Amino acid sequence: MSSSLGIIMLVHTALDRAEQVARHWTAAGCPVVIHVDRKVARQVHDDFVSACADDPLIVFCDRHVCHWGGWGIVAATQTAAEQMLDRFPDVRHVFLSSGACLPLRPVQDLIDYLADRPRVDFIESATTADVSWTVGGLDAERFTLRFPFSWRKHRKLFDRFVKLQRAVGYRRRIPDGLVPHMGSQWWCLTRQTLSAILQDPKRPIYDRYFRHVWIPDESYFQTLARLYSTQIESRSLTLSKFDYQGRPHIFDDDHLQLLRRSDCFVARKIWPQADRLYRTFLSDQPGALKPAEPNPGKIDRVFSRAVERRTRGRDGLYMQSRFPRHGSENGLTAFPYSVFQGFSELFIDFEDWLANTTGARVHGHLFAPERAEFAGRETLVNGALSDSATLRDYNPTAFLSNLIWNTRGERQCFQFGPADTQKINWFLARDKNAQVSVVTGAWAVPLFRSNQNFAEIRAQAARLQKIESEQLEVLDSVWTKARVRIWSMAEFVESPIEHLQTVIDEMGVSQPGHLIEAPRMVDLSGFGKFLQNLKNQGMHPFLMGDFPVDDVFGGQTRPYHKPYLVQ
Amino acid sequence: MLGVGIRMAITRSDLAMGKASTTDGNAPGWVRRYRLRLKRKRLLWRSFRSRHALTPVSDKTRLIAPTDILAFTTLRNEIERLPWFLRHYRRLGVDHFLMVDNGSDDGSVTYLLNQPDVSLWQTQASYRQARFGLDWLTWLQMRYGHGHWTLMVDADELLIYAHHDSRTLHDLTRWLDGNGQLAFDALMLDLYPKGPLGSQTHDPDTDPTETLPWFDPGPYRVRRQQPLGNLWVQGGVRDRVFFADRPERAPTLNKIPLVRWNRRFAYVNSCHSALPRHLNHAYDGPGGEAPSGVLLHTKFLPQVVAKSQEEKRRRQHFHDPDQFGPYYDGIIAGPDLWTARSERFAGWAHLQTLGLMSSGGWR
Repeated sequence: MSSSLGIIMLVHTALDRAEQVARHWTAAGCPVVIHVDRKVARQVHDDFVSACADDPLIVFCDRHVCHWGGWGIVAATQTAAEQMLDRFPDVRHVFLSSGACLPLRPVQDLIDYLADRPRVDFIESATTADVSWTVGGLDAERFTLRFPFSWRKHRKLFDRFVKLQRAVGYRRRIPDGLVPHMGSQWWCLTRQTLSAILQDPKRPIYDRYFRHVWIPDESYFQTLARLYSTQIESRSLTLSKFDYQGRPHIFDDDHLQLLRRSDCFVARKIWPQADRLYRTFLSDQPGALKPAEPNPGKIDRVFSRAVERRTRGRDGLYMQSRFPRHGSENGLTAFPYSVFQGFSELFIDFEDWLANTTGARVHGHLFAPERAEFAGRETLVNGALSDSATLRDYNPTAFLSNLIWNTRGERQCFQFGPADTQKINWFLARDKNAQVSVVTGAWAVPLFRSNQNFAEIRAQAARLQKIESEQLEVLDSVWTKARVRIWSMAEFVESPIEHLQTVIDEMGVSQPGHLIEAPRMVDLSGFGKFLQNLKNQGMHPFLMGDFPVDDVFGGQTRPYHKPYLVQ
Repeated sequence: MLGVGIRMAITRSDLAMGKASTTDGNAPGWVRRYRLRLKRKRLLWRSFRSRHALTPVSDKTRLIAPTDILAFTTLRNEIERLPWFLRHYRRLGVDHFLMVDNGSDDGSVTYLLNQPDVSLWQTQASYRQARFGLDWLTWLQMRYGHGHWTLMVDADELLIYAHHDSRTLHDLTRWLDGNGQLAFDALMLDLYPKGPLGSQTHDPDTDPTETLPWFDPGPYRVRRQQPLGNLWVQGGVRDRVFFADRPERAPTLNKIPLVRWNRRFAYVNSCHSALPRHLNHAYDGPGGEAPSGVLLHTKFLPQVVAKSQEEKRRRQHFHDPDQFGPYYDGIIAGPDLWTARSERFAGWAHLQTLGLMSSGGWR
């Protein structure tokens, strides 16, 4: 018996596995033409041939030397295809595979599938302009430059020669009538198309041209099939996945379920020692109840996630194998958080109010000099992060990124101010997850309400003002990615609730429809006079904005009691 | 269908993962490079000379095949850990263990002599003088490890990595080979019991993570150190309990336990850093996540209290042992390291979620 499906196998290693797979094909009646790389030792080759000698459907073709990215692979495919078409006249579809390919579904499924589509050529084939696979690499230039140096062995020479050709504007002429197409090396073509390619009178011209194209196995048949095929399905029947470096993913035993789910006919590459995969897929499997379409998309996500994990990683994670270079972080932290400066000075019980309103975890001054004031004044929070100021100040950015990482999923808020450790400022400013709201000059309110000698107050005010204005410069820099809002205190107390509402809205955590009491503001009557006194003593408090000495604000800053809708 | 077919992006420079990508910013000048070279030569020379200190007791190294994975260990009185240690690493596919015994008197030697895949050397020389045993092991690595994937672990360290329950070190190293990666990083994760130290009982034939199921899920602080360009990770439970007032002395937790060894390589400081510098770039940046594992550190098994008393007396650990008196005292006092924020060990996938290790895209 002879089937309408013929298999070409290109092998260069793990010959025992190749034999196993070849026998699997022939058991279903499919003839197999095997090309063994010329680089394989003669003795090994001869042993392989004699091992397969008892199977009349396994045939060996002349050997070529195959180098990655070179013409040899195309030449091998041509030779094998010619032999296939000559020797097995019943063959209607020729399927190109490698020694590391493994059929995932019963062969009969594939034969039936192809029998239903007798004129269809399955070959991934797209013009260079249409594909984005090779962004930044060589795509169109594969066809217009020359590549005398091996990319693998002489990378520098390769790159230099490419640059040189670009510099002098060298371009090869593409033979008339050819439109370069690229696609997966692994195809399944009809006898009609394949023989048209192989018997084309212009084939010497094409061969001569493609001999110097880079990686011709991904473009020779892909381009020429476009000339003759009546119906191209531009996809490969062979499932293959690529890792972050663009190398084929190698499937191992524990990918069994994934491979099953894909419903693909053939997968590559399979690790030769994946005994369980070979055992499972090469045994007699029940055919699909209803003919399923191959659906590699089902497992695409799994692999694209793996690639993303490798190339991007998890935002806000710093560990022994993820430590992005300064400026290359995608996000400095793992989750959005809010920083409030001056609010707990202006409002009574601001922390409790904020926690009730937003449901977020509200800490006190995390960077207070004595200790990190965690919510509820815990000494240890998620991740066993301790409140020790020494540990925190030893590496403040790690402290904050760890806190946000360990609590990701729950929004964190904390208070900040000029009296706190300032080493975190640049980190806050550069972090796009930070929402920083500052009421400048509010640090003066505790001083105003304090019971200290005025000389001490004056000295402290001068110090805090200096620190805060330095901090504002950072927040104002061009590198700032945080969402920063800055009000002067005078500006803020004009309509505090409105401003507060903007900030809360942006956090997007409050439940709409909740009636919430507005926070109570501290009594500021006499504050204008207090500032004037500072001025009179020669310290110029400018961060608060303009507070009239006569206390007009006193009237407006009465505590609010009326319920207020915060959305 | 993106990515099916075309060998993506062959010449993309950013994907070529050139080792230069991380070093560019801080690449040392030639003077410094030359100094590092001299330092490496000096370390190798020391190690070469230290061979005289080693007496072979059981040399089975002729059994080593070219593709074997070798483990190098120096130990003293570890009979409580050895059975599980050997079992763990055999299961991961370590083919041969090369061990240096530094004066055990608890039966460790007899036990090891009866193992078919252990080659044992003995020495009575000073552990501290031999750079904490590194000279001896570097010599053995030079002699037997060339070209092999080698594992440098202490008896109280159990390496785990993504999929370690279904794939062996041979699978991992094959994949690393494919990526052109020579070294594999790990975080040392201190495991501890609930309740005062020393009050548990442990059967050497059982999994120590059952006796010590708890760990600190964070915070771990990372920075890059020059001139070696290695990452420096600190934190965890010892940092929280014993070094909260002087974090700069807290233990270094990053290690490079798995390296495709070359006889010209040398570990510098335990296996926290190595020369040549590129070995320290198992994390290759600038962004993204490289594969890394976790060394489960079983230091806090019950006998730690007695051992700490002895170590404090022997003064063989740390460059400046006097600085670490309070640390030993802290352990000897038998504190309870457990807190409500401690996390229970539940396998590698959990550790990966917590961000303590990464599959690095190994599917």
